[in-house]
Amino acid sequence: MNYNWNWGIFFEASPEGTGTYADMLVSGLLWTILTALCAWVVAFTIGSVVGVLRTLPSRAAQAVGNAYVELFRNIPLLVQMFLWYFVLPEVLPESWGTWLKQLPNAPFYTAVVCLGFFTASRVAEQVRAGIQALPRGQRMAGTALGLTTAQTYRYVLLPNAYRIILPPLTSEFLNNLKNTSVALTIGLLELTARARAMQEFSFQVFEAFTAATVIYIVINLLVVTVAGVIERRVAVPGR
Amino acid sequence: MFSNFDFGVILNSWRYLFLDGMTFTLTLTALAAVGGVILGTLIAMMRLSGLPVLPQIAKVYVNFMRSLPLVLVIFWFYFLVPYIGQWIIGAERPIQVGAFSSSLITFTLFEAAYFSEIMRAGIQSIPKGQAAAASALGLTYWQSMANVILPQAFRNMLPVLLTQTIVLFQDTSLVYVLSITDFLGAASKIAQRDGRLVEMYLFAAVVYFTICFIASLLVRRLQRRVAIIR
Repeated sequence: MNYNWNWGIFFEASPEGTGTYADMLVSGLLWTILTALCAWVVAFTIGSVVGVLRTLPSRAAQAVGNAYVELFRNIPLLVQMFLWYFVLPEVLPESWGTWLKQLPNAPFYTAVVCLGFFTASRVAEQVRAGIQALPRGQRMAGTALGLTTAQTYRYVLLPNAYRIILPPLTSEFLNNLKNTSVALTIGLLELTARARAMQEFSFQVFEAFTAATVIYIVINLLVVTVAGVIERRVAVPGR
Repeated sequence: MFSNFDFGVILNSWRYLFLDGMTFTLTLTALAAVGGVILGTLIAMMRLSGLPVLPQIAKVYVNFMRSLPLVLVIFWFYFLVPYIGQWIIGAERPIQVGAFSSSLITFTLFEAAYFSEIMRAGIQSIPKGQAAAASALGLTYWQSMANVILPQAFRNMLPVLLTQTIVLFQDTSLVYVLSITDFLGAASKIAQRDGRLVEMYLFAAVVYFTICFIASLLVRRLQRRVAIIR
């Protein structure tokens, strides 16, 4: 292989004039983490609501929940990204559209909302599965104790369901983290985008991508470790 | 709201969108799915083989691929494949690899990791007694895999494999980052040429939604049909 390796490249100044190539990758990493965390908050909130909707006795609520999941699961994430970023400002009333377009850090907010809504459909699937995996007696017991439906969910069903679905939720979180890289198409300067920029500036393709690869693997391991700790912490004793 | 929209742009460009773009997307999806399932099955067999080293290699490969974003993997192979090709055929300089071959290699290798997890579950869903019975009948490992275990594993996992193929179909849109003319790439090129982003991206979304929604309905129906009643 006639490729000129240069691992010292990370400590050379990047042409952006804001530090070394290593600094560039670190700033990318921070954007990746920030986007993933914010998107996860959105995804977890909406996903829980939609997941609960799909388990309610009301047919209408189930239909709304199902429609949400079908809509967001059957359109590629990249297309959704473009819809939020390019299409939404055009179809909104003009003043709102202008405001959206002038928003500082628009790619970041778009990525958070888009990923949040997209991942929510997957979280909703898990929440529904978790609730349906519980014995039917739990819901009945809640009712028999005089709890309202909302209280049954809050104090009986959801605390149990979240514990069951912790492992699949971890892998959804990891997917969400990896999916932040799709936002490079709308100009979010996250880790993959930064590695790509480093490759374009310095022509050191493999060093740049190796660094990004190592960073992604380390974050994955960290998330899996933290999730394991949480799982043990919240486990119901004696089960 | 749609008053100043020009949907004529779709009528004018449908040949390009579907004959160039969608053909690319569908061919890539089909070939990568077939390649991914074959390779994935081999990886799953490695992982369950009980031989030294092989299971670890398979595990590392699967976990490695699954912890990377697809976009990064697409970039990796786009730059790496020319060098690997050079190394294999001993050429003087990195060989030229077309956009299609590069994405096909990427998606086959990437999806193989996901397909292998499905096939592993499929093989494990077959009772151990069947493998024991096959070897008692004098079948070799490959004979028992080909005639006893894998046909049932495929049958059990067919709905999941197809669902993963729908995911793959959606994921192929990411070749956009290499400026390849797949369906979304074609839509995006027309959108930028004619300044019709709204119409083209909405249309692309509708087409993807329709295909994936119908495909997932069919998978669900198939799932009920092939389910083995136990």
